[in-house]
Amino acid sequence: MRNVYGWLLLTPAAILLVGFTHYPAFATLFDSFFSTGTVVRPTRFVGLANYAALGDDPIFWQVLRNNLYFAAATIPTSIAIALLMAIWVNDRLPARALVRMSYFTPTILPMVAVANLWLFFYTPQIGLLDKFTALFGVASHNWLGDPSTVMGCLALMTVWKEAGFFMIFYLAALQSLSPELEEAAKVEGASRWYYFRRVTFPLLMPTTLFVLVNATINSFKLVDHLFILTKGGPDNASNLLLYYIYQVAFSFFDTAYASALTVVLLALLAGLAIVQFQLVEKRVHYR
Amino acid sequence: MSEIVLDKVTKRFGKVTAVDSVSFRAQAGKFVVLLGPSGCGKSTLLRLIAGLEDVSDGRILIDGADVSRLSPEKRRVSMVFQSYALFPHLTTEENIVFGLKVRRVPEEERRRRLAHVAAQVGLAELLDRKPQQLSGGQRQRVALARAIIAENRICLMDEPLSNLDAQLRHGMRVEIRGLQQRLGMTVVYVTHDQVEAMSMADRVVLIRDGRIEQEGSPEELYARPATTFAARFIGTPAMNLVALSDSPSGAVVRGSADALFEGRGEGFVLGVRPEHVRLADSGGVAATVTSSEYHGADTIVTVKVGDETLLVRAPGQLSLAAGEPVRLAWDAASQHLFDAATGVRVAGDRQPGRLAAAAD
Repeated sequence: MRNVYGWLLLTPAAILLVGFTHYPAFATLFDSFFSTGTVVRPTRFVGLANYAALGDDPIFWQVLRNNLYFAAATIPTSIAIALLMAIWVNDRLPARALVRMSYFTPTILPMVAVANLWLFFYTPQIGLLDKFTALFGVASHNWLGDPSTVMGCLALMTVWKEAGFFMIFYLAALQSLSPELEEAAKVEGASRWYYFRRVTFPLLMPTTLFVLVNATINSFKLVDHLFILTKGGPDNASNLLLYYIYQVAFSFFDTAYASALTVVLLALLAGLAIVQFQLVEKRVHYR
Repeated sequence: MSEIVLDKVTKRFGKVTAVDSVSFRAQAGKFVVLLGPSGCGKSTLLRLIAGLEDVSDGRILIDGADVSRLSPEKRRVSMVFQSYALFPHLTTEENIVFGLKVRRVPEEERRRRLAHVAAQVGLAELLDRKPQQLSGGQRQRVALARAIIAENRICLMDEPLSNLDAQLRHGMRVEIRGLQQRLGMTVVYVTHDQVEAMSMADRVVLIRDGRIEQEGSPEELYARPATTFAARFIGTPAMNLVALSDSPSGAVVRGSADALFEGRGEGFVLGVRPEHVRLADSGGVAATVTSSEYHGADTIVTVKVGDETLLVRAPGQLSLAAGEPVRLAWDAASQHLFDAATGVRVAGDRQPGRLAAAAD
């Protein structure tokens, strides 16, 4: 009985978590073992049939490939750029606050606004990109309409949006490093590159791990821009896993199949996170 | 040879002058302490010598060569930082040989030097520990080891003992001094602790507001402080400084009737160290006890003479109640006279010769 007070304090948060996170998650897992019910054919247990259908679905495989490409293109690039920008704005330089702010600005914009902005860049003929290439006599190109360029365009935009956000974490980590460390290295004759490689980068490892996990999750969950830019097209060339789940669930109304897709996505993310933690933790220095 | 000469070195940060035309010479193999209160510019001075800051004016010479514009590593100096500046992700061993690796010293020589240095500072057992697994004193040793393994002739130390507790500090003082003498290094050591300065230094440079207040051996600073600032800074408890005034029989402590010496007293400040004042039975200066503080080996008695308060350091334990009348005496040789307006020591021939108030 002594713990009643504590449980009462926990209850509001617990109700919200169970109601909106844990119950839906388990319900999704549960639903993925059943068929989608209609008026004439009620829901029935189908075992792993939905998962078997996944294997035969060419769009699923294409979407998965797209997503892996998207992750591979955005994660390392945005982390590298974030680190570079953080080191740059951590230095004494004129109008430092302004530079920091401008790097951070893309982060505060909603993804939908960013997508609209970049739509202007990528629009054939009147877009910024085409206007620029036209200066060099390059013919107009439908950047988002061409299956070979559309993923690159989306990745570029995402890097632009994400790097500033990750920069803030690197900047905070850099500022927690004692400037005397750099001076000690300087007295010993270490070059800036040597100092970065042997001291700064290893000391930033916890931040890198954190950013890496976030970037990975983002590369699978950030699909707002698809609604504005491509709707997954042309011919699913820019479709991503989460957007495909949305299409299956709310355009095709195949909720059971969408549940199976969701479980796969969650398993994929959980697996990636575990691997990252185990791999990187060995090389992470925690104070 | 590894002599450091500063020639009218000035450092300005914007409109603030942190170091103002400072000149001094640190002779090869000597232990020079830059002493001063916090914010006086002594650390800036050290950073200028190390090359971590650029001089605004003046020159720094090491062994006669102008190094004012050289980068830190070209000056061939080692440095021990106040925070130790150990790399937290590296082991003791990696921390110590960091500089050797930077300079691509061959592995074999690195091992040899590491073993030698680790034995010297007593770290041989702790080489595979990370800094957070070491105590404050051990971290201090790692920082020292990193500084001496470079085998530079000059070592700069920025308040290296300020993060240690009192007992450890005493031990490290002895060790650093011993190490410096064994290796024959020229050490420039920054501290605000006059005990460190007195016990370690060959030469003390007392700094105030970016300028040299007094420079000399610890004995000179103690025996002949050049200003009231120097007088107050050296010695614990600090030197008594009391305002004098005139009386028909000579100079007196303001508000007191007992003449100290013939001549004028107005406009002068008398300095006398607590340990040089005796409690006398008769003669001397009349005083009233305000409080007394027992320190074990001695007792610090606070007394009032006229309008002024003095401290007396008396050996052993004394039972003096507040309000008790006592008489004070001191030798003429141990009193110092300063100009009240400028704080500067009054020239030798005008120092009071005969002490009217002496008991014997």
